[in-house]
Amino acid sequence: MSDSAYKVEHATRSSHIGVIIIAVALVVLAAAPFWGDRQMLRLLAELFTFVALASLWNLLAGYAGLVSVGQQAYVGLGAYLLFGMVILGGIHPIAAIFIAGPIAAVVSIPVAALTFRLRGAYFAIGTWVVAEVFRLLASQISVLGGGSGISLPASVIIAMAPSRQAREFELYWLALGLTVLVLAAIVMLLRSRHGLALTAIRDNEVAAQSNGIDVTRVKLIVYVLTAFGTAMIGALIFLMKLRVSPDTAFSVNDWTAFVIFITVIGGIGRIEGPIIGTIIFFFLRQTLADLGSLYLLIMGAVAIVVMLWAPKGLWGLIAERFGWQALPLQRHLVSITKDKP
Amino acid sequence: MRDALLNVNGIDVYYGDFQALFGVSITIEAGQVVAVIGANGAGKSTLLRSIAGLMHPRRGDITFDGAPSGHAAAFDVVKRGIALVPEGRRLFPSLSVEENLKIGAQSGRPGPWSLARIYQLFPVLAERKHLPATALSGGQQQMAAIGRALMSNPRLLLCDEISLGLAPIIVRDIYAQLPAIVGDGMSLIIVEQDIAQALKAASQVYCLQEGRIALQGPAQSLTRDAISAAYFGV
Amino acid sequence: MTEWLNVILQGVLIGGLYAMFAAGLSLIFGVMRLVNIAHGDLIVLAAYVALTVTDTLGIGPLTSLILVVPAMALIGYAMQRLLLNRTLGDDLLPPLLVTFGLSIIIQNGLLEVFTADSRKLQAGAVEIMTYQVSPGIWIGLLPLIQFIVAVAVIAGLQVLFYRTALGRAFRATSDDQSVAQLMGLDTRHVFAMAMALSLAIIAIAGVFLAVRSNFDPAIGPARLIFGFEAVIIGGLGSMWGTLAGGIILGVSQAIGAQIDPGWQLLAGHIVFLVILAIRPQGLFPKVSG
Repeated sequence: MSDSAYKVEHATRSSHIGVIIIAVALVVLAAAPFWGDRQMLRLLAELFTFVALASLWNLLAGYAGLVSVGQQAYVGLGAYLLFGMVILGGIHPIAAIFIAGPIAAVVSIPVAALTFRLRGAYFAIGTWVVAEVFRLLASQISVLGGGSGISLPASVIIAMAPSRQAREFELYWLALGLTVLVLAAIVMLLRSRHGLALTAIRDNEVAAQSNGIDVTRVKLIVYVLTAFGTAMIGALIFLMKLRVSPDTAFSVNDWTAFVIFITVIGGIGRIEGPIIGTIIFFFLRQTLADLGSLYLLIMGAVAIVVMLWAPKGLWGLIAERFGWQALPLQRHLVSITKDKP
Repeated sequence: MRDALLNVNGIDVYYGDFQALFGVSITIEAGQVVAVIGANGAGKSTLLRSIAGLMHPRRGDITFDGAPSGHAAAFDVVKRGIALVPEGRRLFPSLSVEENLKIGAQSGRPGPWSLARIYQLFPVLAERKHLPATALSGGQQQMAAIGRALMSNPRLLLCDEISLGLAPIIVRDIYAQLPAIVGDGMSLIIVEQDIAQALKAASQVYCLQEGRIALQGPAQSLTRDAISAAYFGV
Repeated sequence: MTEWLNVILQGVLIGGLYAMFAAGLSLIFGVMRLVNIAHGDLIVLAAYVALTVTDTLGIGPLTSLILVVPAMALIGYAMQRLLLNRTLGDDLLPPLLVTFGLSIIIQNGLLEVFTADSRKLQAGAVEIMTYQVSPGIWIGLLPLIQFIVAVAVIAGLQVLFYRTALGRAFRATSDDQSVAQLMGLDTRHVFAMAMALSLAIIAIAGVFLAVRSNFDPAIGPARLIFGFEAVIIGGLGSMWGTLAGGIILGVSQAIGAQIDPGWQLLAGHIVFLVILAIRPQGLFPKVSG
């Protein structure tokens, strides 16, 4: 009888191809300032931030089973922390982004303590209430413009870079870099022991619990990390917009509705889903741009249709049909047999 | 030859990808009592659930009173005259004893069974009629579950393991009421692990083993050895 | 002193309206474990339906209830039967995301048809009549009618649930769907009837909302939140608890508004969060979650 041991492998042929495609894409995107115009850079930067937001929401809802319709709380929190630190504290905007993350993480802990007392859809509405509270509190902060909001001072904007073009390049690379960082962190989390726990929770929470996984602790970790990332992206988004107000910073439509639709259409519970979904979303937006509120209506209808007839989203359909994955995240056992003498 | 009341003809029933019944056929005449016995997991409950319309066969057919019923929905099947006393009683916890009985009459079938007659059959239920169903003992709950099924005035009553979890004396008392239950020409299929009780009550016996009929015949003519062999598959 | 009594009184009265928002929400959750994210937007839809009816037929808003209630009930039946029944099951995501999608669709649909202009229904003299209960304490006739209707609705729901065959069907289906079918209940129909009932209550709430204050397509989510907060404060599973929850919310908001107009909503949310923190099962719970 041969001796055999097993090891866990993550990669598959499709993921080898996927990694190569992604690497090439990253190089092309990093070079965008040299082949794209200002409008293209802005569009891409916006696209990156949505990929990041959707990936974070996907981690929370698709993996940890925490369906939040209140992530705009952290987008807005990050935005207001940035503007507060920059305007009131004289801190450099880019540094402020990286300080906003940890602060939001700390804030998210008592929020979790409260909202975790609710289950399922009631948890979802609870997160919405928290976002509303943040919005109302923000409109009470008169030094940051109260209900009407405030713009980034010209002096700060000019101090960011030697020229307008340099500033735009800087922000573009920041958006790309931050998004790659967020995605890398998510991939690392999913490949780790915690990631295995998450996949178990995603597939069957009760079974996961009875196998000794501390479900609540894992959910808390994911919630805090998601708040961390969402706040940083939120800070970046509003740095790029140059202006913040309670209604825009905490907008349900912009930061939750679109994010949810992106993730549902692209594919919940798979890391590639938000990327595919964002591309579709932006494509639709370019095509339907003139329709105003009809655009949201159509997105809502498409999301409903997808949810009912293709609940795993577009990527889910493709991946199950062909067994693909773009990134090496699966776990399969490979046996290593010793050579016989 | 008289047409059978129920004709189950070679049904294959699946739970998802798992096949639970393989070409099962049983026949029951009006007024007949049939027993289906078998070990845990043999497919007895699956068979009853398929007859009741909670599950549908992938192959084969079921005919009741001359009409095909294999693909009818459960709420339709009970209107045609088949009632199931489910395994584990499954009374409605949010309803009182009387409300559980009343809801049994939801399908509106005419017939001899009424609240008064159920209370006559099982007086202990009348004493507790306004209590929540969960406040009854196991035996009383079983009586209530049977009563609830009878309220739909079925022509065929399906009893899924009514002895489960009950003390032998209670089981005896309930089975003692069987003649009163089937007296009006009602047919009965009893699924039991208590073989002795089943053989006493029934005229025809089927033994299921891993989803297949392993033995069938008149109750009196089956030997202990034949039954053991069919039951355990040795 | 009398100023504060007036404030609290107004809070109690609007609490009745909040309790009506909550009743429809908690009815659906009780029967089919579904939380309808579009609940608030449906209240606003009812207001616009009433607007259309009153404009076209020239009747008063309270009279329009005769048409609005059945219309909304029909919409509810169809919505459940054609769409929401497909989302029911063990997975939490489909009903949540589909009703969220519905919420967005209703909001933007109303926006397209009616624009973002603020509207209000006029009920005539009944809006300005007030009674002096005692020196310095006034009750408006309309808020009083609204409160009495709210109490009547909740009492009616209790009677329906515990003394009628339909209520029995609701409770049985909520307990055990399979066995309910064995009784001859078509659960698709039972769920649709529950949703129709919920939308009938929403219709009443929507008309009262439209008469009481300005409305526009975007105010739906806030009504959902008020209903939700009333349910949680009062306790899951108890209709009278929901009334209490609505009153507590209304009073909190009224007190907050009295301190500072910008604090009205915040006060309500804070009371909700405090209750969630110290007594998460609510003040008068009947069942757990």
